[in-house]
Amino acid sequence: MKELLEGSMAVAEVVRLCKPAVISAYPITPQTHIVEELARIVADGRMNAQFVNVESEHSAASVVLGAVATGVRAYTATSSQGLFYMSEVLYNIAGMRLPVIMTTAARSISAPINIWNDHQDVVSLRDSGWIQFHAEDIQEAVDLHLIAYRLGEDKSIMLPVMVCMDGFILTHGLETVDMPSPEQVDKFLPPYKAPYKLDVENPLTLGPLVDPEYYTEARYALNKTHEEALALIPKLAAEFAKVFGRTYNGLMEGYQLKDAEKVIVAMGSVCGTIKEVIDELRAKGKKVGLLKITSLRPFPANAIYDALKNTPKLAVIDRALSLGSFAPLSAEVKAVFFGKPKKPKNISSFVVGMGGRDITKDSIKEIFRLMNGKDKQAEFIDLKPELLKESYD
Amino acid sequence: MSKTLFAPGHTACAGCGQSMAARLVLDAAGPNTIIVNNTGCLEVFSTKYPESCWEVPFIHSLFENAAAVASGVESAVKYLGKADTINVIAQGGDGGTADIGLQALSGMLERGHNILYVCYDNEAYMNTGVQRSGLTPFDTNTTTSPVGAVSIGNLRPKKPMPEIANAHGIPYVAVASSGFGQDLQRKVKKALSLKGPKYIQVHVPCPLGWRHETNMTIQVAKAAVETGLYPLIEYENGVLSSRRQIAPKPVEEYLKLQGRFKHLLNKPEEIKKIQEIADNNIKKYGLKAEAQQA
Amino acid sequence: MFGPLICKPGSSKSNKTGPWRTESRPKFLKKDCIACNMCVLVCPESCISGQGKNTYDFDPNYCKGCGNCAAICPKKDITMVKEEGTQ
Repeated sequence: MKELLEGSMAVAEVVRLCKPAVISAYPITPQTHIVEELARIVADGRMNAQFVNVESEHSAASVVLGAVATGVRAYTATSSQGLFYMSEVLYNIAGMRLPVIMTTAARSISAPINIWNDHQDVVSLRDSGWIQFHAEDIQEAVDLHLIAYRLGEDKSIMLPVMVCMDGFILTHGLETVDMPSPEQVDKFLPPYKAPYKLDVENPLTLGPLVDPEYYTEARYALNKTHEEALALIPKLAAEFAKVFGRTYNGLMEGYQLKDAEKVIVAMGSVCGTIKEVIDELRAKGKKVGLLKITSLRPFPANAIYDALKNTPKLAVIDRALSLGSFAPLSAEVKAVFFGKPKKPKNISSFVVGMGGRDITKDSIKEIFRLMNGKDKQAEFIDLKPELLKESYD
Repeated sequence: MSKTLFAPGHTACAGCGQSMAARLVLDAAGPNTIIVNNTGCLEVFSTKYPESCWEVPFIHSLFENAAAVASGVESAVKYLGKADTINVIAQGGDGGTADIGLQALSGMLERGHNILYVCYDNEAYMNTGVQRSGLTPFDTNTTTSPVGAVSIGNLRPKKPMPEIANAHGIPYVAVASSGFGQDLQRKVKKALSLKGPKYIQVHVPCPLGWRHETNMTIQVAKAAVETGLYPLIEYENGVLSSRRQIAPKPVEEYLKLQGRFKHLLNKPEEIKKIQEIADNNIKKYGLKAEAQQA
Repeated sequence: MFGPLICKPGSSKSNKTGPWRTESRPKFLKKDCIACNMCVLVCPESCISGQGKNTYDFDPNYCKGCGNCAAICPKKDITMVKEEGTQ
């Protein structure tokens, strides 16, 4: 059913439909509306969940860890500093193979402190073992939560999943969303059946000490499972299309790629802006396209290669930095082509929209223009040199 | 083999007070129990893959979050409608409880979860090499508060964890000791019969860290209680409801048993300070048996 | 795919800690035992059992020789003797 909804409200509603047993989160801008709405839903008795108001994000993640370990579905949400504060627990959850589902309202990282959107927080967690999805718009954010629960809880996967939506832009933006019905959700998402859990009828020890004789294989298995998820995600997306009528690939989306001479690779809400610019430029005869990456982890290297191997010029947009080295997404995209028979002539790296600085259509057009030249290494778009000085005084 | 839920074959040091206490706690709780443990000696020696000595469901996550993980377990148990039949016990050492784990514990106590938290107090971060904790007693020799030319050891008194727990307004707080196993089991059973958050702190001697013979564990634990340095008390609904009465022994009787205090034995001014701590406890908790007939 | 992750309950029983004993082992005299059960209560290895007076004994497969049972016995009915095979 189509409704005009604020992103946070839409996500809270889809979480309600997924019926988590335990919800625990700590407020942080711009995630707050999601959790407040869930609190209202529970307070009105429209959801049978244990709502645990914890004293920090570290504990929020720990609470949902304990809940999923006891064999029930759980949910949490966070951003930025909160994501980093719970990061130790997040690595722990992935290592323990517990399917916790989390919404991250992507936000910049302190210092300096800034509450607006970029990808530094979530991209920094790409090594954690969590599956990481990026939503372009609110509809996709809603749909990715359903796929996340279904994927994470799959017996062969058993991995936690974070659904990233750009803070403020998607969490506080308004969009017409086709909300799923409870019947559709129940058809797509069966109740959680834990293959291992804390159960007095069948006692197990979870989280043992693992010495050098055993540790490597535990981590190898985690890595291998990400590969298995790469194969499963498009299958689940196909099932999703049958139930909900919306088609996703799940790993990525190509827009006007077919004969494109210049393609931007990007994640998140900026893709909507890029699509509009592409429409404008295509109308003028320019052969431009977009590859939107939905799944940062598992990283769909082969699919990216197949999609872009014949494209002459690529520009990768990063909204995060790996300070001191190549911008993270651009490094991974470049790595896709290394040692392969075909590759683009240029792969340029651009950094834009840090700390919530608006990415306008002009910014995108600038990127299309700049990628004509040689390979660019982390070129900052919309930089203000007048704010930079040699020494602080 | 006696019937127990804490199987043999774990790798605790010989004479470990914590393994004694953990077994007593678990057997008092019974099989319908889920254990949530912080990182520390107990977790490390009881769950080295692929071996576990726990015959009940057990989970270990991180160093400081047992209270929070237990909150999640308890919430799930509540959701599943089994809150009346399953015990949730969160456990940690003095480090995981009073220092790095204090935040999670405080949150759990404040939220009123139906969880028993057991702190195994061996008075230092033993698992990582006997470093001082917030529960390390005054003047103790530890690896990060070592005795040296200009140092007498740890300069701070024990953090009053039982009182901190009690200040959260929880129904039950108790202090127990490896030296008094039946008293410990009684307190565990009592705690588990109550709804809400409960805190039990158990004094557990560590032969390695305290530097005493492995067969002295019980004797050392008893001496701590009998000198007044480790009062065995209960708070119920905020009020001090019981204390183990003692005929107080001088603190030297306790200090002389352990290598971690041997630097004090020729320093009467320091022993006096420790005696003061004991005397204050005796007064505060009313530990001295009244009208003790010879 | 899964790797080392979960332990089975009580699987520590396969780890026989008896060989840890280098100096001494307990000897249950079974003479003056009053079945107070203190030795059972105190053993960190859960390896003492008995039912009724003078029936208590230890399991040499797990005993680490700490000596707390002998120290606690109110009737001195347990003594620590040299471990077999030591000088």
